[in-house]
Amino acid sequence: MRIAVCMKQVPAASEGNMDTETGVLIRTGLEAVVNVYDLAALEAALRLKEAYGADIHVFTMGPEKAESVLREAFAMGADEGFLVCDTAFAGADVLATSYTLKQAIGSVGSYDLILCGKQTTDGDTAQVSGALAKWMDIAHVSWASEIADISQNTVKVRYNMDNRMICARVQMPCILSVEKDSFIPRMPSLKLKISGRKKEIHTLSLRDLTDCDEEHYGLKGSATRVCKIFPPERTKRQGLVSLGGEKAAEYILKILDSGAREVRI
Amino acid sequence: MRQADTSAWSGILVYIECRQGKVRPVGRELLAEAGRLAVKLGADVYGAALGSGMEAIAGQLSGCPLARLYLYETEDEYSPLHYEKIMTECIAEVKPSIVLIGGTQEGRALAPRLAVAFESGLTADCTSLDIDDEGCLVQVRPAFGGNVMASIVTRFTRPQFATVRPGIIEEPCAESCGEPEIVRAAVRQAENTFRILDVEEREVSGGIADARLLVVAGRGVKKKEDLEMLRELAALLGGTLASSRALVERGWMPPGCQIGLSGSTVNPEYMITCGVSGTVQFMAGMRHTKNIIAVNTDPDARIFEIAHYPVCGDLYEIVPAMIERLRAGKGDDLIDIHI
Repeated sequence: MRIAVCMKQVPAASEGNMDTETGVLIRTGLEAVVNVYDLAALEAALRLKEAYGADIHVFTMGPEKAESVLREAFAMGADEGFLVCDTAFAGADVLATSYTLKQAIGSVGSYDLILCGKQTTDGDTAQVSGALAKWMDIAHVSWASEIADISQNTVKVRYNMDNRMICARVQMPCILSVEKDSFIPRMPSLKLKISGRKKEIHTLSLRDLTDCDEEHYGLKGSATRVCKIFPPERTKRQGLVSLGGEKAAEYILKILDSGAREVRI
Repeated sequence: MRQADTSAWSGILVYIECRQGKVRPVGRELLAEAGRLAVKLGADVYGAALGSGMEAIAGQLSGCPLARLYLYETEDEYSPLHYEKIMTECIAEVKPSIVLIGGTQEGRALAPRLAVAFESGLTADCTSLDIDDEGCLVQVRPAFGGNVMASIVTRFTRPQFATVRPGIIEEPCAESCGEPEIVRAAVRQAENTFRILDVEEREVSGGIADARLLVVAGRGVKKKEDLEMLRELAALLGGTLASSRALVERGWMPPGCQIGLSGSTVNPEYMITCGVSGTVQFMAGMRHTKNIIAVNTDPDARIFEIAHYPVCGDLYEIVPAMIERLRAGKGDDLIDIHI
């Protein structure tokens, strides 16, 4: 079985900030890490590999430094790593990002399963995996908490859908995005980490893809444009009270006690 | 550059999510928003509902500003290729300029497939919508983790797809007197790529969405063990412990306890936030709370802007003091009477 896993590098803190005077984003000092939700996708792939045997190929789209995502994936047990990297890919929205991934994955080969994290911590939209599935015209299940019983080119998936647990049998190839808590990632192995350092990283740039028209990628290939960024409206602060532990405890309990009508300190 | 003849597309199509013949609340919310946008555009609102028991749908939408309602009698349970096919055909027929979809799990599974089918733009989890001078949909959502807002526009392709989480649009449907024209179709699922084996309703009571009082842990909580103290406070007050996104990402709290745009929208009687800074994405999920008591050491924390009772102080002093008082019985009567 061949499994592709999509992983992304994101800023360590999920909260960038903005200078309210200048409108400039403060993004300095933000360490880059693997999106935690994607580690669960890799873990799911590794469990399938243990159960059924599989080749696990990890794809990450980003700048050159995103190579560290692949090294981390090697240390957990991934077989091959692909860095999808080209200045033409920058500034992509959901449509262009998913198209780039489709092109990149398609240029390497065909896969039985494609696994993704349920969302990223920076973009936070949880829409790329569904979009990728449509580009490939295959089924897609989000919020998968159990992936089992692969037989006759189908897979049994249990997933959450608006407060119901649903179990479905899905034709492969398909894309599954997984719940983080169901696939707690294993610790990286030192041995794999060392051997992973020497592993070749396959870089995929625009010219490696079937569709080399740069109009279809990055900002140019995006349908949406950010036309303005602005700080959220600040409303006037209402009577901030500064209190020590005992006083504050008394104050808060009084609020609850009074049914939160009028409370004096 | 992706480009379409934008003039060939007009009006707003709302995906009305249903379950077993019942309209889910987000459908009415979106119709209310669509009604307001349609006035600015001078265009019509259309609705599309899929599932079983479709004969009961129109009656639940009386008063909604609908020009035409498409009802597709089909399998009640969402399946990716089947629902996508019905909706792509509906969109191709209606040719709406805007498609609004609820930000439920079903909506967020469907929306990206439709956006790619039409190679157009999708903006997820919008917190407000408007129309600009050129008649494009202005989609506002938090960006970069939540302390910045972004206005996003799909200028050259159609339709413009947007999802909005349930509970974000508060106003009820504007009353409209006309009855919509109804178009009915019955569609059998053709695909066999996706077969539902089992559906299990999950116990939803006892969750954070139903709690009358929530104690909310934020990144001001220093260790996972410290959550026990907050859990005890919640228990003493007859409430439930919830958290902001940061603690879910750290793995300290389960995703089901997360308040915010990427978690749950909650609306309790009382909320006590402890060490929550108040990102836009957090506040989008709780701003309708009736009584917000916020505890934070930072006097400039954003949470204080919407808190009814902003308390600048240290949760590590305040929470133990509250627990001690409650244990000593000083707060006995208040729990019974008011909460």
